Amino acid sequence: MKQQILDKKGIAKAVSRIASQIMERNTRVSEIAIIGIQRRGDWLARRIANIIHDEKNITIQVGILDINLYRDDLQNRAEYPVVRTTNIPFNIEGRTVILVDDVLYTGRTIRAALDELKDFGRAHRIELAVLINRDGRELPIQADYIGKNVEIGTGGTVVVQVHELDQNDDVIVKEVL
Amino acid sequence: MTDQHSYKLSHRHLIGLEEYSRRDISLILETAASFKEVINRPIRKVPALRGKNISNMFFESSTRTRLSFELAAKQLSADILNFGSSGSSVSKGESLSDTVRNIEAMQVDCVIVRHSSAGVPNFLSQCLTSAVVINAGDGAHEHPTQGLLDMLTIRDAFGTLDGLKVVLIGDITHSRVARSNIWGLRKMGAHVVVCGPPSLIPKEIDKFGVEVCYRVEEALSEADVIYTLRIQHERQGEIFFPSLREYATLFGIDEDRLNLAKPGAIIMHPGPINRGVELDSRVINNGRSVILDQVTNGIAVRMAVLYLLNGGGEHDAE
Repeated sequence: MKQQILDKKGIAKAVSRIASQIMERNTRVSEIAIIGIQRRGDWLARRIANIIHDEKNITIQVGILDINLYRDDLQNRAEYPVVRTTNIPFNIEGRTVILVDDVLYTGRTIRAALDELKDFGRAHRIELAVLINRDGRELPIQADYIGKNVEIGTGGTVVVQVHELDQNDDVIVKEVL
Repeated sequence: MTDQHSYKLSHRHLIGLEEYSRRDISLILETAASFKEVINRPIRKVPALRGKNISNMFFESSTRTRLSFELAAKQLSADILNFGSSGSSVSKGESLSDTVRNIEAMQVDCVIVRHSSAGVPNFLSQCLTSAVVINAGDGAHEHPTQGLLDMLTIRDAFGTLDGLKVVLIGDITHSRVARSNIWGLRKMGAHVVVCGPPSLIPKEIDKFGVEVCYRVEEALSEADVIYTLRIQHERQGEIFFPSLREYATLFGIDEDRLNLAKPGAIIMHPGPINRGVELDSRVINNGRSVILDQVTNGIAVRMAVLYLLNGGGEHDAE
């Protein structure tokens, strides 16, 4: 069964709410940096940074993170994942980093991202923003900013599309019945 | 390729670029481009190959290639064993296949081999049951990671390899670097010209699909890449040209000859350079020389090869 849970408007609203909450919680917005996880999180990160820029007239540093080299299942896979670009063109030392991903599911991607970020320096604080927060956590990880919560049970999948990569914006849930 | 989440090379070992497809080569170059970012990080180490054992087996001298493979393995968190033939059981008369089988019995996952005889890496790949073999140069056959790092360097400068004119100058006959570059560059769409004294151009050159030119001035016209090969004193039992001085006069690249190529042309050399023979010292330090970029790119390419070939727990039965 397929069901659309967010359309273009819904995603825009969710992203803008996340951006407002980030500005609320971080009074010194100029000190934050936003890092998106490849390949959908980086586009969401850019959108959040643009909203903050429009509102506060501050340019927010944006980075891209590819976590594939830090996965915990590399030894068990028949093929290695394609390694894409990581680009963090600023020093994260002492900064508040907002990590952005499309879906928070098992928590393993975020675990890998935290390990990888550690190798770039010691951030003052790391927060997590996700568009979709779903059930199925396998690690003690939770998000600080959430676009939408969904419960679909194991076996179900969430597909996020962003127009920068997929030509349109939407979130679809596929449930196994 | 970029839309896929994972992709496997179509070969288990890296013996030569002759067997590799354009798709395989592109995957290695794309992956290497990502690894270039890793080697510029504050902490230049990723955990991707944690727990893998890799053995460097160099039966012939090398500085660059051995150090580059060692650094690549270490930056991927693999454990590396360095093996040189002198002072080892090889000098006690142990056969090559017995030596590598013993090393494999120590749970080594990957063997990087350099040997003065062509065909050794291929032979070892048949002796070993599970370890991956990477050719780091075998006789005059191939030096695939050199070819790959050269292609990465050219791609960095021009954004593509398609349609470029690449001139290889010097000892084509004895050069494994030339062979790997010819196979790789042609598959990637470059136009390859070889140039050197007739005594150093192999008789069977027609089979390689390259243009042959005996006058350097003619070869350099409209060239995008000037690739000078090393005169290999150690590999030449007999003499192929009257003197180094004559070679330098006829084929050495100085600033005047450099100006015959396209204005944006780059100069390359696989090292070690015989200064004043293949290249004039002023040309080596010229802004158009990418010789040291080749060395840096070598680490990224070798990381990519190690990552892609040591990927996955179980190899499919072949």
